[in-house]
Amino acid sequence: MSGAARHAFGALYAVLIYGFIFLPVIVLVLFSFQDGRLPVPPFQGFTARWYQAVLTDRQLTEALINSALVALASSALAVLLGFLAAYGLARHQLPAAAGQRLLLMAPLTVSYLIIGLGLLIVWNALGWPKSLLAVGIGHVVINLPLCFAILYSQMGEHQAGLERAARDLGASEIQVLLKITAPVLWPALFASFFLAMTFSWDEFIIAFLLTRFEVTLPVEIWSLLRSGLDPKTNAVGSLVFLVSIGLAVLLELVLLRRR
Amino acid sequence: MSRPAGHSWRAILLVAPALLWTLAFFVLPFAVMVVLSLWERVGSQLVPSWTLANYAKLLERGHFLAALVNSLEVTALVTALSILLAYPFAWILAEQVPKRWQRLALLLAVLPFWTSYVIRSYSWLLVLAKNGIVNQALLASGLIAQPLALANSRTATVIGFVHFFVMLLTLTIYANLVQLPANYRRAAADLGAGALRTFWHVILPLTLPGVMVGAFLTFVLCIGDYITPQILGGNNELLLPQVIMLQIGRRADFPTASALSIVLMLVVTAAYLAAARWLKLERA
Repeated sequence: MSGAARHAFGALYAVLIYGFIFLPVIVLVLFSFQDGRLPVPPFQGFTARWYQAVLTDRQLTEALINSALVALASSALAVLLGFLAAYGLARHQLPAAAGQRLLLMAPLTVSYLIIGLGLLIVWNALGWPKSLLAVGIGHVVINLPLCFAILYSQMGEHQAGLERAARDLGASEIQVLLKITAPVLWPALFASFFLAMTFSWDEFIIAFLLTRFEVTLPVEIWSLLRSGLDPKTNAVGSLVFLVSIGLAVLLELVLLRRR
Repeated sequence: MSRPAGHSWRAILLVAPALLWTLAFFVLPFAVMVVLSLWERVGSQLVPSWTLANYAKLLERGHFLAALVNSLEVTALVTALSILLAYPFAWILAEQVPKRWQRLALLLAVLPFWTSYVIRSYSWLLVLAKNGIVNQALLASGLIAQPLALANSRTATVIGFVHFFVMLLTLTIYANLVQLPANYRRAAADLGAGALRTFWHVILPLTLPGVMVGAFLTFVLCIGDYITPQILGGNNELLLPQVIMLQIGRRADFPTASALSIVLMLVVTAAYLAAARWLKLERA
C-alpha cells in the first residue's frame, strides 16, 4: 500500500472509531433537548423543559448533593491515609514492608461488587443501618490503594534529600510532612484526590448496596431508568457529563500550568 | 540512603491508619464472606453448617453454571474485540496524527469516559432501541424492512462494554507506542524489513506487554460489572454478577451470594496469575 493510500485508510478508520465512541454521547445530549415524550428520532425541535424538570426535582438535587459530599469526604480521607502510609513506607525501614504494601494494594484486584457485598454482610450482622456513611467508608476502601500507589511512586530521592535537610535543621517529623513533603508533592496529591473524586462520584454498586433512603446520584439515575426511555434522563446525563468535563479541564489547567 | 534510626515506631503510626482501615473494611468483610459461604440459609435462618453445598450449587443449578459460562464468553469476546479495535486506532493516533494535535486527538478519544457510568449504558439503549437511531437509519436506507432487536441482547451488552474498553485500551496502547524509540524502526528498515515485517517482528512484540496489561484490566472490570448487562442485556440470559445480585435482592440468600462472589474472585485471580506468568515469561 502506498503512503497516501495508507493515510487515507488510517483517516477513515479513525473517523469510524471516533464515530463509534461519540455516537451514544451525541444521541444522549441531542435528545435531552427533544420537544416530545420520547428521546428517539425524529428530533421534534428544541426545548429546555427537561433540564428545568431535572433542576426542580428535589430527589435528584438531593442525590447530587449526597454524591458530592460522599465524594469530597471519602476522597479527602483516602488521600490523607494514602499519603501518610506512602510517606511511612517510603521513608522508613519497616518490618514486612513488602507485605504491608501488598495489603494496601489488595482491594484493587477485587470487584466493587464483592467489596460492597462484604460490607453489606458486616453491616447486616452488626445491625447497622445502611447509610451514606457506609458508602463513604466503602469508597475509601476502593480509593485508598489508588492514592497510596500514586503517592508512593512519587516519593523520590529528591524530596528525601530536602526532608533530611529539614530534619538536620531541627524540624520535627510533623513539620517535615506539612512544610516539605506535602507542598513538594502537591500535584500528585491533587491528582490522586481528583481521581478518587471521579471514582467515588460515579460509583454505583457499593452505593446501591449500602443505601436505602438517602441515595447517591448514580443510584437515583438508576431508579429513573425504570421508567424507560425518558428525555429527563438524557438531561441528567448531559448535565453530569458537562460537570465532569469541567472538572477534567480544571485538572488539566491546574496540573499543566506547573510544567 | 540513610534513614533516621529509632523512628520506626513513629513510622508505624503513619502507616497504621491505612492498614487498619484496609483490615477492618476490606479483609474482615472478606473473611466474613468466606465463612458465610460455608454456612447455609435454612428458611430465614443462617445455619453454621460448614459445608461446600453453596459451591456445589454452581454445578447443580443449570442457570448458575450458565451465568458463569456466559460471563466468560462475553468477557473473552469483549477483551478480544476491544484490543482489535483499539490497537489500530492507537497506532493511527501515535503515527499518523501530527505531534501537536496528538494530545487533543487523544483527549477527544476518551471524552465519553466522563459520562456517568450508568448513563453510558442508558445512552446505548437509546441508540440501539427498536425505534432508536441505528434502526431508523437502517430502515430509511432500505437495508432492512423490520427493525432489528438490537437492545436487550448479548450483542447490546458486548457493544456497551466494547465502547468503554476501546477508550481504555487506546490510552494504554498509545502510551506504549509513543515510548518506542524511533531507532528500532530505523534499524529494522536498514536491515531490509518492510513496514509490515517491522510491525510484526519489532513493534508488536515490544507493545505486547502493555496490551496484556490493558487486556487484564479489561477482563477484570468486565467480568465483575453488573450495570452494563443489567441495562443492556435483557432477560434472556444473565451474567454472573447479575445472578449474585439476584441472590442478595430477591432472596436475601447471602451464603449463596458469597459463594458465587468467591468463585468470581477465583476466576479473576486465575486470570491475574495467567497474565503475570505470561509477562514474566516474556521478560525472561
